[in-house]
Amino acid sequence: MTRSTFVKGRQTSPKEEIWSRPYAALLIIIGGLVLLLAGLAFSVAKGSRQIPLDVVWQAIVAFNPANQDHQVIWELRLPRAIAGALVGAAFAVAGALMQGMTRNPLADPGLLGVNAGAGFMLALCFAFFPGMSFNQLIMFSFIGAAVSVVIVYGIGSIAKGGLTPVRLALAGSAVAAMLVALSEGIALYFRISQDLAFWYAGGVAGVTWSQVDILWPWIAGALIGALLLSRSITILSLGDDVASGLGQRTGLVRLGAVLVVMVLAGASVSTVGAIGFIGLMIPHAARALVGVDYKWVIPTSAILGALLLVFADTFGRLLNPPTEQPVSALIALIGVPYFFYVIRKKVGDNF
Amino acid sequence: MSPVIFNRKRTVRTTITIVALLIIAFIVLLLSMNTGFTKMSPTEVLRTLFGGGTPRDNLILFEFRLPRIVIALLVGTGLAIAGAILQGVSRNALADPGILGINSGAGLAVVLFVVTNPMRESASPMFMPLLALVGGFAAAAIIYLMAYKKDKGISSSRLVLSGIALAAGINALMIVLTLQMDPNEFNFIATWQAGSIWGSSWKFVIALLPWIIVLLPAALWKARQLNVFSLGDDTATGLGSYLNKQRLLLLIIAVALSASCVAVSGGIGFIGLLGPHIARRLVGPRYEHVIPVSALIGAVLLLIADMVGRTLMENAEIPAGVMVAIIGGPYFLYLLARSRA
Repeated sequence: MTRSTFVKGRQTSPKEEIWSRPYAALLIIIGGLVLLLAGLAFSVAKGSRQIPLDVVWQAIVAFNPANQDHQVIWELRLPRAIAGALVGAAFAVAGALMQGMTRNPLADPGLLGVNAGAGFMLALCFAFFPGMSFNQLIMFSFIGAAVSVVIVYGIGSIAKGGLTPVRLALAGSAVAAMLVALSEGIALYFRISQDLAFWYAGGVAGVTWSQVDILWPWIAGALIGALLLSRSITILSLGDDVASGLGQRTGLVRLGAVLVVMVLAGASVSTVGAIGFIGLMIPHAARALVGVDYKWVIPTSAILGALLLVFADTFGRLLNPPTEQPVSALIALIGVPYFFYVIRKKVGDNF
Repeated sequence: MSPVIFNRKRTVRTTITIVALLIIAFIVLLLSMNTGFTKMSPTEVLRTLFGGGTPRDNLILFEFRLPRIVIALLVGTGLAIAGAILQGVSRNALADPGILGINSGAGLAVVLFVVTNPMRESASPMFMPLLALVGGFAAAAIIYLMAYKKDKGISSSRLVLSGIALAAGINALMIVLTLQMDPNEFNFIATWQAGSIWGSSWKFVIALLPWIIVLLPAALWKARQLNVFSLGDDTATGLGSYLNKQRLLLLIIAVALSASCVAVSGGIGFIGLLGPHIARRLVGPRYEHVIPVSALIGAVLLLIADMVGRTLMENAEIPAGVMVAIIGGPYFLYLLARSRA
């Protein structure tokens, strides 16, 4: 299949192709931040134990260790809500970067096996170094994410015709299937299946402050890195020819983007497990709203991703209390139909 | 070279390949009967087979080892044929019931059943393939509908991508379901999902056998039809609705084969990919040759994978599905790197 089936054959200058709506983007980012704060407050207040919003406010400004509500807020709900926002933003931006640099509408850290790579490393760590600190786990998770990115992109770029969406998705799902099978084998052998599964699908429940403390600098750093790369990604998203024509060192930009994706996906997976589809859906929504300039797509994706995860998590807790519905399943419920929609819209008809 | 001679040459070649594969299968079969937790020498195996074994040997061979071996053979056959058919129908050399999400659909039905019915001992194993069939067909129907556009028909890319999307969604759901199980159920499902041939009793052989007996000849009979699909879109349009019907029938055979296998063996991927590819290397692209040869290759591969997985480590078994994935994954990536799709 040729690439022309996926890229609309419109002949325009690079300047015209980079359409964007800066005011809409600013509005979404500011409005999104406000909504995110409201969402965080709501998320902290709701759950199997309902806490009034003014108590939430008091718990934050004047923490009283003797108050049980304050304890619940500080020890359970606040780290969870903050981790949710961070991880949602991370997955979304990782997806945006991958879609931008591959010009591939289906790139997503979950589908491309990046999450599975991180998960495989975690299985190894659980089996051979039980009791490893979270700090070390994150590092290993980075390595796992990086290895699968390299394999998937390597295969895609060796092949004739480059990285078509089908090839990328096939490579990703094969790498994921292989790594998941290996993880399952390791887990069965060392009898850590259920521990691993709990952790892998556990979502944001049970995130502690010590994890958030380690998580946030990585994600914040990687998000800043993504913003710094955004201009280059925009140019790269016009195609390699245009990018090199404009004097861009495409290899260097790709390397930078892969490193950022590695940190974003690795850190997120090691904290909340594999949550797919955020990286697929959010960048699409962001591009539809603010245009194709990644200077705006990346911050918009970050905000929307954080919103999605925080609200999905809160919804999962409210659906059928006191049980919780895992956030990864809820997001998959929206994600699969969305994926089908993208496939029908963007993938060509020729066999 | 006239087509007739060409065909005869092909047929001779296929016959030789099949005979060679049968010999290999027989050797692997004997090896597989010898190896395991308790070693049995070849003479002991033969003596036991012909009715002269000690009660202990009888128990090991007839109750533990043989059913498992038969299941590996049947499942390998079924998955490889399913893969060959899917590759022909989708015209994508990388299609496989695992990649396309059909196995996931079948698996989800089984997991749902285990979750909702705590009394699974009472459920007959005959029931599992039926359940898996429902799940497999549901998945296939969704994928087909998503890949279908009214005026343009089925697109191979859409078919593959819809399958991948569905598999990803089902896997997310599956993890969630398994988390709510008690440790016993969880271990059962985890082992099953990793593709260990857990149904090592004759009950499961009997549950699976009818499906293979019906579907294997059906696949062989329809094999020639698959050649038409590889001719391309123009011919396909020319043949019109006739071809659509054939496609649907072949898809049904493939889904039924893979779903009934998954019910017994769990998630074994890549066999449906490896079998047909090696077969094509050996006997060329025509499906009336590819299907029987890939069936044999699938059976031998799974038997070897199960044997190695069960003997590699002293105190634990590596599920056959994991063994197959370790070999099949890199091979798939190699094919992908060379493909033009």
